[in-house]
Amino acid sequence: MPSLLRELGEGATNFFERAGRITRFGLQLAALTPTSLLRVRPVIEQVYNTGALSLVIIMTCGLFVGMVLGLQGYEMLNRVGSEEYLGTAAALSLLKELGPVVTALLFAGRAGTALAAEIGLMRATDQIAAMEIMAVDPMRRVVVPRFLGGVIAMPLLTATFIAIGMFGAQLIGVQFFGIDQGSFWSQIRGTVELDDVAEGLIKGAVFGVACSLIAVYEGYNAVPTAEGVGRATTRTVVVSAVVTLVLDYLLTALML
Amino acid sequence: MRPSRTIDISTGLFVLLGFAAILFLVTQITNREFTLNSTSYRLRAEFENIGGLKAGAPVSMAGVTVGRVEDIQYDQKLYKAVVTLRLDGHYDEIPNDSDASILTSGLLGGQYVGISPGGSEEYFKDGDQVTFVQDAVVLENLISKYLFNTATKQPDAPAPEAAPATQE
Repeated sequence: MPSLLRELGEGATNFFERAGRITRFGLQLAALTPTSLLRVRPVIEQVYNTGALSLVIIMTCGLFVGMVLGLQGYEMLNRVGSEEYLGTAAALSLLKELGPVVTALLFAGRAGTALAAEIGLMRATDQIAAMEIMAVDPMRRVVVPRFLGGVIAMPLLTATFIAIGMFGAQLIGVQFFGIDQGSFWSQIRGTVELDDVAEGLIKGAVFGVACSLIAVYEGYNAVPTAEGVGRATTRTVVVSAVVTLVLDYLLTALML
Repeated sequence: MRPSRTIDISTGLFVLLGFAAILFLVTQITNREFTLNSTSYRLRAEFENIGGLKAGAPVSMAGVTVGRVEDIQYDQKLYKAVVTLRLDGHYDEIPNDSDASILTSGLLGGQYVGISPGGSEEYFKDGDQVTFVQDAVVLENLISKYLFNTATKQPDAPAPEAAPATQE
């Protein structure tokens, strides 16, 4: 019994310690951001790495999520005899919920792991130590551009995901089930407000900051062994997914 | 490492695509066909009951959106809801005896303010008050009114609920 209590206490302390260290790391990144933005080149490269390279998977998944929404939504709305609301249902679910969340999960899986593994491997192969010896700040040189790349890419990926998802829903609703195209779009326009779009993009931006921060933190603080890098990569995905869903709840409650 | 030109071009394309998607979401999906410009003006209307009217609801004349509900306040002295309407400056020839009523679009749709023109030669100006108003129709009041009317019309007839019994 005392050992159980001790483990619980230790677990809680560890959790708070990690939360505190991630926060401190994030503040450090934020402090370095303005000067790093002056050197555009590395940031552009990282927008390419995290954004442009994730585009294919984001678009494919967006299309399929939209098409599933079309099928499921039609099936459900058909039971209550209001199929014309399919567009509204799909648009609101994509904008407010599925778009940002699924994009963040995919982003953590595709870009977050790549960031963590890259930085972790730099740590394991002593590249980061070498930089420190040469008086090059690895935070400024390696970590901040990768973080900024993710932060810039995520809202754009979210918007792309939602737009493609709408196309997918339209494909199923209009082309497959034969809902009138005009009424599909006019229903959407009549009910979706600018606030809903803003909610989706804000969520995307917040998830982008969170997932990028977790990825670079885990990579930078990886145990410098092959196993350590592997564990950092795994933890990036797990922590990102949990944090995304918790933040999603908080943001939804906040913006209701 | 790929040549930096390819990276630049793909990054540029990616960023463009992202912004195109945002533009699509903002213009195509939301209700933006009506934006108020700087020439718009405000009208004030007092209602006994606004039903489910919300700020941002459309103000329409003959079905065309001419403005938006800007603000809704409850006046403690008048015991009325004070609704501020903001009308597009293009529509500056609305007779000042026009009446405003709170209507519902469709059976389950949202509520909006409909303006039907009066016959005055004078037009509404900024800050004017709409004198003739019609409240939102509350379904419960309507039903109870109907029930009371039927009850008073046929004093010795059975209550309306019992009427179908004669079908036997």
